[in-house]
Amino acid sequence: MELIQQLVNGISLGSIYALIALGYTMVYGIVRLINFAHGDVFMVGAFVGFYAITSLNLGFFPALLLAMVVCALLGVIIERIAYKPLRNATRIAALITAIGVSLFIEYGTIYVRGAQPEAYPSTLLPDKSIEVFGVTISSQSLLILCTSIVLMILLQLIVHKTKIGKAMRAVSYDSEAARLMGINVDNTISATFAIGSALAGAAGVIFGIYYIKIEPLMGIIPGLKAFVAAVLGGIGIIPGAMVGGLALGVIEALVSGLGYSLWRDGVAFIVLILILIFRPSGLFGKNVREKV
Amino acid sequence: MTTLKRINGFWISFVLALVFFIVVQLLISGGMLNTFYINTLFFMAINIILAVSLHLIIGITGQFSIGHAGFLAVGAYASAIMTMKLQMPFALSLLVGGIVAAAAGLLIGIPSLRLKGDYLAIATLGFGEIVRIILLNVDYVGGASGMTVTHLTSWPWVFACLLITIIVIANFTNSTHGRACISIREDEIAADSMGINTTYYKVAAFVIGSFFAGIAGGLYAHNFYIIQPTNFGFLKSFDILIFVVLGGLGSMSGAVIAAILLTIVSTFLQDYPETRMIIYSLVLILVMIYRPKGLLGTRELTSFFRLGKAVEGGKQGENKQTVA
Amino acid sequence: MKTNKPLLKANNVGIHFGGLKALSGINVELNAGELVGLIGPNGAGKTTFFNLLTGVYEPTEGSIVLDNEKLNGLAPYKITRKGISRTFQNIRLFGELSVLDNVKVAYHSLARHSIFSSIFRLPSHFSGEKEIEEKAIEFLKIFNLESFMYEKAKNLPYGQQRRLEIARALAAHPKLLLLDEPAAGMNPQETRELMNLIAFIREKFQLTILLIEHDMSLVMGVCERIYVLDHGQLIAHGTPEEIRNNPKVIEAYLGEEVS
Repeated sequence: MELIQQLVNGISLGSIYALIALGYTMVYGIVRLINFAHGDVFMVGAFVGFYAITSLNLGFFPALLLAMVVCALLGVIIERIAYKPLRNATRIAALITAIGVSLFIEYGTIYVRGAQPEAYPSTLLPDKSIEVFGVTISSQSLLILCTSIVLMILLQLIVHKTKIGKAMRAVSYDSEAARLMGINVDNTISATFAIGSALAGAAGVIFGIYYIKIEPLMGIIPGLKAFVAAVLGGIGIIPGAMVGGLALGVIEALVSGLGYSLWRDGVAFIVLILILIFRPSGLFGKNVREKV
Repeated sequence: MTTLKRINGFWISFVLALVFFIVVQLLISGGMLNTFYINTLFFMAINIILAVSLHLIIGITGQFSIGHAGFLAVGAYASAIMTMKLQMPFALSLLVGGIVAAAAGLLIGIPSLRLKGDYLAIATLGFGEIVRIILLNVDYVGGASGMTVTHLTSWPWVFACLLITIIVIANFTNSTHGRACISIREDEIAADSMGINTTYYKVAAFVIGSFFAGIAGGLYAHNFYIIQPTNFGFLKSFDILIFVVLGGLGSMSGAVIAAILLTIVSTFLQDYPETRMIIYSLVLILVMIYRPKGLLGTRELTSFFRLGKAVEGGKQGENKQTVA
Repeated sequence: MKTNKPLLKANNVGIHFGGLKALSGINVELNAGELVGLIGPNGAGKTTFFNLLTGVYEPTEGSIVLDNEKLNGLAPYKITRKGISRTFQNIRLFGELSVLDNVKVAYHSLARHSIFSSIFRLPSHFSGEKEIEEKAIEFLKIFNLESFMYEKAKNLPYGQQRRLEIARALAAHPKLLLLDEPAAGMNPQETRELMNLIAFIREKFQLTILLIEHDMSLVMGVCERIYVLDHGQLIAHGTPEEIRNNPKVIEAYLGEEVS
């Protein structure tokens, strides 16, 4: 039973990783950039949600929506100001810029509001527990899981059924050809950043509800782990990011469950290095050709 | 004839360095430098060692490693264990710190052969984090509260290590081996097709670079009384990375200058850590957008004083200076 | 200077990437001293064949033998040291290195001084470096590149870059030189100079050359024998005259540029 309990915890955590990983994977797929600042967008989302709930007295869903909108805007601004001028620069230059943006958001936040942590109000969602075969599932984690799944389905619909989704797939496949076919590549890239960042913002609010404590440097570790998840699933592949995120969450929960919770963070990076060495294209590499 | 000139040039620099060493030593023993300045000076020298060692990996060989603090940590802890737990002399401890870090470099260098660019960067970042998490969980080295270390670092040690690092890495760079590394940076496939054993040189760069990072770790540990895993997170790695990038990827003197400047800047801003990080990050972004080659590009400072043309990655080939 | 001593033998060589067969059943034999052309329409697998010979890819079938030594599975740098060097379709110079240093890199495998002796500046370092430098300068003189010696390779004009790339490949002292579209992007004047250069180096270094080229006049003019690839298979092989009249070749090139 203990094992199943851990599995449930792992899936909740994993769905947060998955939401962040989606943004990483989409951005990497389209501009081949590891957007280090993505974890910090997640952090901003958590804070926007927090202020929306505490200062504006909004409920969960309006707060979630607001965080998503603010983060989408933030993502587009980051892309336009910092990354766009570097589109044709070396990969190293782009990566270093991304690191710079990440540091800027982190310490800019600390500069503006201080480094002290905040606690999400615990009364926001009804706190009931459901017992299924001896496993306790809180209504919160159920709601979180549902929200994540709905967002992922929404994303699949956007990518596969809409015009902008088609443009995204085209640009990720060959941006020059897409440009020649009359696709506005710049707008498509911005849209990708917007969607990816909105998902990270949602993940931020969900994280806050689930783990209560938020602080300005909270994005670093989940951000890195979500990247691990993206690599695990095969970077650039949307379903890969979802599966990778869930898998990583479950692996971590199991490691904690076995009594090695202090090693949890290490496990993610060991997974990363093993994957990079033995299957650099990720679990879903090769076979799935769809990239965004 | 040219050999004579080359040797002369070397000795002139050596004598200058020696004079600098003696002057500073006199100032310290005469009590004319207060602890604040001495500390800044030591910190600067350690940062230069770190910058130059990473320069060999990134700037010369083109292997994008962003986990350099991992090697620093390995060296720091290994040398601290030597002095504090095993009661070994400081010199031996420094050396062991370097060797253990070099072994770690070998460990990360070998898988790195299969990875390129972004992926290598992330793997090295993961490596740095793994080192930190291991240190955090091993009680022998104090876990999160760290180890207390006797203050043994002194100016002669710092200076000697700094000088050796610079000479070794400059000599390496300015030889057929250094050229082999640069050719990998420029075009790995072409280097391979020219008969360069790219695997060997990538690992060599990692091993040499991490050896000196380990030496820096030994100096670092024995200068600050206490070492903790949090001192070696990836923010530390980024600090070192910034020296190399700002100085100009491929320019050793650039890395040295950037290390000096940024140590001064961060010393002035040490009471305002957020401001420091904001300035750092803005500088990083602006430099990448407007001057992606960094301060000096691949040129060396020496090339500005000579009539000859700039030669990347090292000092100029000596035969060329007969005109100058 | 043509001999009948076989230098390179590719027996039934092929490679597939996943399910895609890029090359299959390639039999190529080169005798020492020959200048042989390899032609075919775009995407026929010519450069892939070069990549197999130089170890960039490992063949999934067949064997490659140079001077009675099997090359399959050797690392590219080892193959270079066994005696095959090449140029690239899209020039791959070490752009930030000087012209001289580009050639010096090719001499690296001759260097006998270790990393240790370079770091500590032992006498073997100085003698080794001096030898490399002298040889490299001598080499640049042969190619009339010595006036650009200290120029960064990326700053050379296009034609000179091609020249330097060939010089660099030769400085690795190959028995077999592979040239991948050396005349690409050159005007007729430059192409003529290139033809002279190829004839000259072949004479001077006693080389065997395998040449990929799109420029038919160049291939027909200098090559003694020609292999024709199409869709990953050899479709013809013979003297320029035979190739010119081969109906299969004409068919393969239909719609492509015809000589």
